Amino acid sequence: MSDLISAHGLVKIYKSRKSEVRALDGVDLAVPEGTVLGLLGPNGAGKTTTVRILATLLKPDAGTATIAGHDVVGEPDAVRRLMGLSGQYAAVDENLTGSENLWLFGRLYQLPSREAHSRADELLSQFDLDDARDRVVKTYSGGMRRRLDLASALIGRPRLLILDEPTTGLDPRSRLGMWEVIRGLVREGVTLLLTTQYLEEADELADMIAVVDHGKIIARGTADELKSQVGGERIEVVVRDRAAVDTARDLLARDAGDEHTTFDEHTRKLTVPAHGGAQTLVQVVRDFDEAGIHIDDIALRRPTLDDVFLALTGRAAADETAEATGTTGPTTAKPGRAA
Amino acid sequence: MSAGTREAPRGGAARAITDGLLVGWRNLKRIPRIPELAIFAILQSIMFVLLFVFVFGGAIPIPGGGDYKQFFMPGIFAQTIVFAAATTAIGMTDDVNKGIIDRFRSLPMSRSAVITGRTFSDVIYNAGILLVLMVTGFIIGWRVDSLPALAAGFLLLLFFAYGMAWLGVWLGLNVPTVEVGQQVIFTTLFPITFISNVFVPLQTLPSWLQPIAEWNPTSTLTASLRQLWGNPNPSTSGSLATTQPILVTIAWVFVIIAIFGPLGVRRYRSMSR
Repeated sequence: MSDLISAHGLVKIYKSRKSEVRALDGVDLAVPEGTVLGLLGPNGAGKTTTVRILATLLKPDAGTATIAGHDVVGEPDAVRRLMGLSGQYAAVDENLTGSENLWLFGRLYQLPSREAHSRADELLSQFDLDDARDRVVKTYSGGMRRRLDLASALIGRPRLLILDEPTTGLDPRSRLGMWEVIRGLVREGVTLLLTTQYLEEADELADMIAVVDHGKIIARGTADELKSQVGGERIEVVVRDRAAVDTARDLLARDAGDEHTTFDEHTRKLTVPAHGGAQTLVQVVRDFDEAGIHIDDIALRRPTLDDVFLALTGRAAADETAEATGTTGPTTAKPGRAA
Repeated sequence: MSAGTREAPRGGAARAITDGLLVGWRNLKRIPRIPELAIFAILQSIMFVLLFVFVFGGAIPIPGGGDYKQFFMPGIFAQTIVFAAATTAIGMTDDVNKGIIDRFRSLPMSRSAVITGRTFSDVIYNAGILLVLMVTGFIIGWRVDSLPALAAGFLLLLFFAYGMAWLGVWLGLNVPTVEVGQQVIFTTLFPITFISNVFVPLQTLPSWLQPIAEWNPTSTLTASLRQLWGNPNPSTSGSLATTQPILVTIAWVFVIIAIFGPLGVRRYRSMSR
């Protein structure tokens, strides 16, 4: 299978009077046709900048990128013909109705008027917007607006779909609905590039994940590969009596078959890698009960994006988010005027 | 997914025109959905008419005689059209900030269509505003010499509106928010429309200010309309701006487009940097 997206050494620098931010610092990407790549990272990591370059909205300062062999800088029109973009920025017109939006974008995609109409009708029913088709988008809920946005990206039946944080800001139910829609599109064979802040989302939707931080790709692999880098599941126990900690620690290490236990003085929380998963947890509960150790809390924890980040960068993702939104222009500035 | 049947790529010019019309259609479609914009634009002009005709009018004598109402109406049309730049700038900034421009830029459409569509639709929008104002003028007693003269003046106003739309495009792409755009427009255009022959005869201005006011495009446009329509048009000097106001006004429009057209297009292209 050949690569539909191919990018080498993408660099983007945002200059302002005071500072210079390397939003992208040498990003390489290869996405085979028919697969899903998830770009995972916190705000300000460079996800949106990458997407904007691939979608021909932004020129890289260095490096090259091609979509189906067409250079994004040299042949933007050819790229736009086979790509659909939906995201934080590329929007729908809130003063037009749902069907007017889709018809307009279809026409501008160079579809004949009749085909733009029939394609719009098709998408409106596919995305469950039939009842709202003649309502002005201003009156739509957040979830409906995102679905219309996604429908707009699909108006020209693109080979490549680029979704920039498709579920950010949606409530859990709308998010699940959106995932279902996206999975359906992938089944039909569309190639998908997806950015997200949520490991869970990348896990659900992506074949391959690239973790982005400070404009660089710091890890790539399948969801399972990334999680195993973090060390897989852990058991966390909060012991009621501080005197029982040593006994508890020995029991944990024995049951888990791993000496790498940690203890947090402040929270009285013991942690150990759980190679045996739930089975280990059951064993621990049984042994603690037998030994008469009282516990306040016990849980089997799966790795989260925070854990992946902590493991990969030594920093927590949450801190990174706060820092990044405060200092880097690209994601907080308005589209197209970040420089 | 199969590649859908796609229209054979149309020629550059045909595509530019169709896409420009589509963007224009979209802009016009929005007007009745946000009626407040048009209503307040009209109310603001009507307020000016009433204030000046009935409050200040009595205190402002027209050299050579004539009714202030007849003198003032062409001026208010000109002022309204100078402010057409605000409509365009606000629409442009709003499109950038709401992400619509990014949507357009991600589509295989003509690159010029976003700007040409905007200037085209704003001229039509202003034509509508002018019609309402002209009817208002007739109601309060403003009269013109002939219908062809009225039509000629109307066309000149629209041509001027087209020039101002280009200024608006450039401005709209250079301000960060709609609010800033409004501030910039009102602090720059209010003096421009006031240092003119719109509200008072130029003779009443200090002599050093008179030449500036005389060559002000707002003045030449107003003088053109007064001349065309047979409304009182007291002139101060024998300069080209007062003897040939129509030619000077047309020249002004070309100058405005020659300056702000390329600047606006360049700013639009540089959005990908």
